[in-house]
Amino acid sequence: MPPVETPVEKWAGKIHEVNLGGDARRLVVGGETTLPFLHFEGAIPHPPAVAVEVQDRPPASWAPELRASWGEAMEDPASWAKKAVEYGADLIVLYLSSAHPDDQNTGPQEAKKTVTRVLSTVDAPLIILGPGIAEKDNEVLVAAAEAAAGRRVALGFCEQKNYRTIIAACMANNHVAVAKTPVEINLAKQLNILICDMGLAPDSILMDPTTGALGYGLEYTYSVMERLRLAGLQGDKMAAMPMFCTVGEEAWRQKEARATEGIPAAWGDIATRALRWEELTAMTLLLAGADVVVLRHPQVVQRIKATIQKLMTKE
Amino acid sequence: MALTGIEIYKHLPKTNCKECGQPTCLAFAMKLAQKGIELSKCPHVSPEAAAALEAAAKPPMRLVTIGVGDKKLEVGNETVLFRHEKTFLNPTGIMVRVADNQPAAEVESLVAEVASYSLERVGMELRPNGFAVDNRSHNPSSFAQCVATIRAKSQLPLVLISQDPSALETALEKVGQERPLIYAADSHNSEGVIKLAKKYQCPLAIRAEDGLGQLAELSDLAAKAGVEDIVLDPGTRGFASSLEALTQIRRLALKKNFRPLGYPVITFPGEGAATPEEEVLLAGEHVAKYANIIVLDHFSPGHAYPLLTLRQNIYTDPQKPIQVSPGMYTIGSPRDNSPLLITTNFSLTYFSVAGEVEASGFPSWLLIADTEGLSVLTSWAAGKFDAEKIAKTVKGFNAQDSVRHRKLIIPGAVAVLRGELEDELSGWEIMVGPREAVDIGGFLKRVWAN
Repeated sequence: MPPVETPVEKWAGKIHEVNLGGDARRLVVGGETTLPFLHFEGAIPHPPAVAVEVQDRPPASWAPELRASWGEAMEDPASWAKKAVEYGADLIVLYLSSAHPDDQNTGPQEAKKTVTRVLSTVDAPLIILGPGIAEKDNEVLVAAAEAAAGRRVALGFCEQKNYRTIIAACMANNHVAVAKTPVEINLAKQLNILICDMGLAPDSILMDPTTGALGYGLEYTYSVMERLRLAGLQGDKMAAMPMFCTVGEEAWRQKEARATEGIPAAWGDIATRALRWEELTAMTLLLAGADVVVLRHPQVVQRIKATIQKLMTKE
Repeated sequence: MALTGIEIYKHLPKTNCKECGQPTCLAFAMKLAQKGIELSKCPHVSPEAAAALEAAAKPPMRLVTIGVGDKKLEVGNETVLFRHEKTFLNPTGIMVRVADNQPAAEVESLVAEVASYSLERVGMELRPNGFAVDNRSHNPSSFAQCVATIRAKSQLPLVLISQDPSALETALEKVGQERPLIYAADSHNSEGVIKLAKKYQCPLAIRAEDGLGQLAELSDLAAKAGVEDIVLDPGTRGFASSLEALTQIRRLALKKNFRPLGYPVITFPGEGAATPEEEVLLAGEHVAKYANIIVLDHFSPGHAYPLLTLRQNIYTDPQKPIQVSPGMYTIGSPRDNSPLLITTNFSLTYFSVAGEVEASGFPSWLLIADTEGLSVLTSWAAGKFDAEKIAKTVKGFNAQDSVRHRKLIIPGAVAVLRGELEDELSGWEIMVGPREAVDIGGFLKRVWAN
């Protein structure tokens, strides 16, 4: 019988290394020269990062299980961020949700204040997300970009229909952009190209291919991410951005993480099911190439951190 | 790896006798490479050439059947490393471990729980596939007794776990006709266990403790002894080590056509995990990356449901998106004054809309039109989601009996249909919802607050 040869693929490309954070605490994501966690084949210089989602006002619509897990910390984004770091967050995703017109319709002044407070409370790098309405995103993210100058944060979401203002703010303040596209490989590449055409460096982009939760389109996200990662490793520089996944938000949006009444016994107990829903969504996307997973539940943060550590350790 | 037409041609008589119905031997070879014709159509191919061609035509990973009857488990026969390349074919079998040193009452209740576990998700049944009986007692008669206890409650396929050929044989005397998977032949017991697999014509798992080289040797040994249905356990247990081993096995089988590893793989995530929660994560890794059978040490509905859902997601054919059955769906517990929305039956559309409505906190009625699995804009462009179809859907599913009001919310992307729809559905007010599902919560808050 012939000997077993280790089947190694040769990859021409490398995922861009994106630097985040200020002098006190830096974080690098990306840099892989092989598929996720295949240490026998190439380099994985930085473990995928675990981000915790913090909102700038208490999210009344979050599931009771989630709200209970953070308790009073949710009243103040800075205390919330601090607690998230204690649970092991590598970075903080700060959602400026209150700026949404259907919410409190807060403006740039409030955004600036929140960002400054969070930055002065934690050293962990920050990703700042607007409320998802183009006009408001531009207003609050430009203010946030200025408030965070010197701390190299990431700003999002840049979308095909609205990216210029945010990219200009990134370039003016040496920040990173989060580029979001709807589960499609060519749209993802195209937006990266448009952003680079404006002059932002490829190593200053995280791409969000749009997360589908377990049972709610996970397989689409999974395959688009696998294809993007393969393209990046094969040398396509416009597909070689580290990938960013809003796991917690999507997992906790679903009925499985929320419904407590009138559900089949086969679904099991709500807390067990809800936590596994978030964890398995994260796990699967890490295997597809996620470089940043944004999580919500503190126990999930700890478990996914521990799992990443195991995946990064050659046994 | 299938042979190319040219490679096949080298084995043919090259006489162009046309008896196969093809103009030339080369044309026949090309057709054979595309599996458009059978080799047996060539009357002159030599036995040596036929053997070589048949070996090359074998699937790179064997299909292995465990169990008999309508609950049998078929695993393997996978042809790709990434689901987007084609599709994954035979969903990972999920087996639950039963230890034979547990009290019989515990075994009975576990078996009853697993055997009756079933739920429906997007029109498909999700359930575990069987039991792995573990000879922890090291006592052959306890092993056989445990198998009998399980069989009294369930006919699901079995894995028989023991290192002791005599214990395996006591169990096989009872269930040897039902094609249980024998686990496992290793470097210490291979002779005796391989004999059993031959004698009872059962699939055989082999386990290596020392890398893929040893695994291939053992598999080769079993194959040479005449065992055809083999399942591989590379012996790795951790998150990183099993990902590495399973990836290498899949690559060697599919890309290198390395026969000794061209079989399905079995894993035991409970043995690499410190807690039941971690076991689910490791099992999730194995579902995504290349396990064909997973043996779970713990079973609970709150863990099984997400894991079975993941298996369903990963094994969905990317070329045939799942469609949701058309009909009236309820989100929360809607009443006759709750919002009524309509969208298409493309599963991702349905899930996006249902998810947003769920998150909005408004119990609602969601009407799903049959657009043959197309999304809103695509189906509108294809004429499968026009005013007539929407009106037909509203009437066909008796929306008027569900709600007291006469307001229908349509997707913002088909706002142009409003006027025409108000003609088709007289007495109804057509409200134009947002273009993106993500804005549904805000929309409902604005228009349906009271």
